[in-house]
Amino acid sequence: MEHIIPLFVVICLASAFLISILGIKFKFFTTIFPIIASAVLFILSVLALYLMNINGLMVYKIGGWIPPIGICMVLDGLSSFMLFTVNLVAFFIIIYSYNYVKKYTHRYKYYGLLFLMLAGMNGVIITGDLFNLFVYLEVAAVSSYALVAFGTGKQELEAAFKYMVMGTLASGLILLSIAITYSYTSTLNMADIGNVLSSKGVSPVVLFITALFMVGFGLKAALVPFHWWLPDAHPSAPAPISAMLSGVLIKALGVYAIIRIFYNIIGNNIYISKILLVMGTLSMIVGVVFAIGQYDFKRLLAYHSISQIGYVILGIGLATPLGIMGGLFHLFNHSIFKSLLFLNSGAVEHATGTRNLKEMGGLNKRMPITGNTSMIASMSIAGIPPFNGFWSKLIIIIACVQANEYIYGLFAVIGSVLTMASFMKVQKYAFLGKIEEKWKKVKEVPFGMKFSMIGLALVCVFGGLMLLPDISDFILKEASKAVLIGTDYVNQVLGSV
Amino acid sequence: MTYFLSFILFSIGIYCILTKRNILKIIIGIAILDYAINLFFILIAYRTNGRSPILEKGSTIKRIVDPLPHAVVLTSIVIGLAVTALLVAIAIRIYEKYGTFDINEIKELKG
Repeated sequence: MEHIIPLFVVICLASAFLISILGIKFKFFTTIFPIIASAVLFILSVLALYLMNINGLMVYKIGGWIPPIGICMVLDGLSSFMLFTVNLVAFFIIIYSYNYVKKYTHRYKYYGLLFLMLAGMNGVIITGDLFNLFVYLEVAAVSSYALVAFGTGKQELEAAFKYMVMGTLASGLILLSIAITYSYTSTLNMADIGNVLSSKGVSPVVLFITALFMVGFGLKAALVPFHWWLPDAHPSAPAPISAMLSGVLIKALGVYAIIRIFYNIIGNNIYISKILLVMGTLSMIVGVVFAIGQYDFKRLLAYHSISQIGYVILGIGLATPLGIMGGLFHLFNHSIFKSLLFLNSGAVEHATGTRNLKEMGGLNKRMPITGNTSMIASMSIAGIPPFNGFWSKLIIIIACVQANEYIYGLFAVIGSVLTMASFMKVQKYAFLGKIEEKWKKVKEVPFGMKFSMIGLALVCVFGGLMLLPDISDFILKEASKAVLIGTDYVNQVLGSV
Repeated sequence: MTYFLSFILFSIGIYCILTKRNILKIIIGIAILDYAINLFFILIAYRTNGRSPILEKGSTIKRIVDPLPHAVVLTSIVIGLAVTALLVAIAIRIYEKYGTFDINEIKELKG
């Protein structure tokens, strides 16, 4: 049943092609068709989770060439978990876009680029070849540059240019380290690289590769010394795209690649763990401290993305079973509630035309669904029980204590309190309190936008159920097991062909 | 030693991106960076006295150059082209809006 694996890329690329060719003439391709395609992708990702649980790790050989000669695609626990997250968020975002993009002219370009970005992300997640990973990464990155500039206003263009320069620098460093890896191991297949590296042992070359990958993917994931482009780039895009960028792009391109390369290929050691712990903690605190002072709704959310990615990296860096599970669970939860918050900000912007928190006020009375779903998302991100963010933060803090890393646990708690403070500010300024005179005639957003906000809010409310034994065995346990086996990934991939 | 030259080119690219204040010069810096990496890939593939990797019937091959990096570099050049094209397109739009290429004067976003 490994033939399902390439479909994740093929469907996205085919949809992007069809939309950009036929979208100008036929309205169907810019309205209903993207929703159908993303629904199919979501169903396939659930099927992939199911098949992964039955069959274990699956390898698809492109063109029948056996790895390490040919390019292969690998579906293991971590990939299927990430595919599920990405396609779930993408499904809701495309439904939301149905109403939101009405204000833009070239809708077929919007959807075409969106599907290209999705193809890149799915490709990064399922590929088993290092250079192929770079190609997919660039596909996703280039389409995201174009999408950030989609509004073609002054701010959008400036943000897109900054984002492009940083993104290209990151890609350059990643490509350079791929070149050095190739010259050292004479292979590009990820499993085979792991094989050769483990037989050669530690050398200065491996350290150099590690440093380059850390900087390259750290730039893509916006970890703290490398984070300054994110607060400009993410808020400037159209709201559904901001949700996509903050919700899943930085995770698929940054966090997933970091996990895959450092845990499954190079092999985790104490130094990598320490670097990840320190960078995660720094991101956690720096992101939230900058966020508190912001009055631009979307910019505030973008700073919180940096902070929440810090939690994920902290959990991953602990390298204990509980820590990795908490990190991955927080990755899923963050992609849900951060997309929801960006969609809320888009709804507010759609209705009132402003992003400045000081100008809003009392919108709850006119826009009850936006207000209440944003309340749910705020409570999730702040870590208030019983919403999903609470459980994952709790697991990460417990894992810190179990690993005797009390300091990091303390910082995680401080970060969570500051997050709550800044979201209380959002609620107070935007949705609660007395309604301003000029917003008396504001209307609630159309059905498609309401539908996806309510859908994501429901996932926020019931997300904690993913920790129930049956469900967590199905999704989270498999994913964290795939990380925990470490370099045994190599044997599993090479052994299965 | 030849590897060292491509690293110098790489450093020139990074220097150009970091210090230049003109958008076009930054784009040129990115192009230099790209080509430094491509050159490095080609240098990895080179073998002294190597010949092209084509196997004919009955011929024995002692030394051949590594063909894989060549294929990889082709892909990388195409990606570089796409990125450069998009960068230049955005630079043109920025010039239309701001009337300047100086990044010191293009600062609507801050905070």
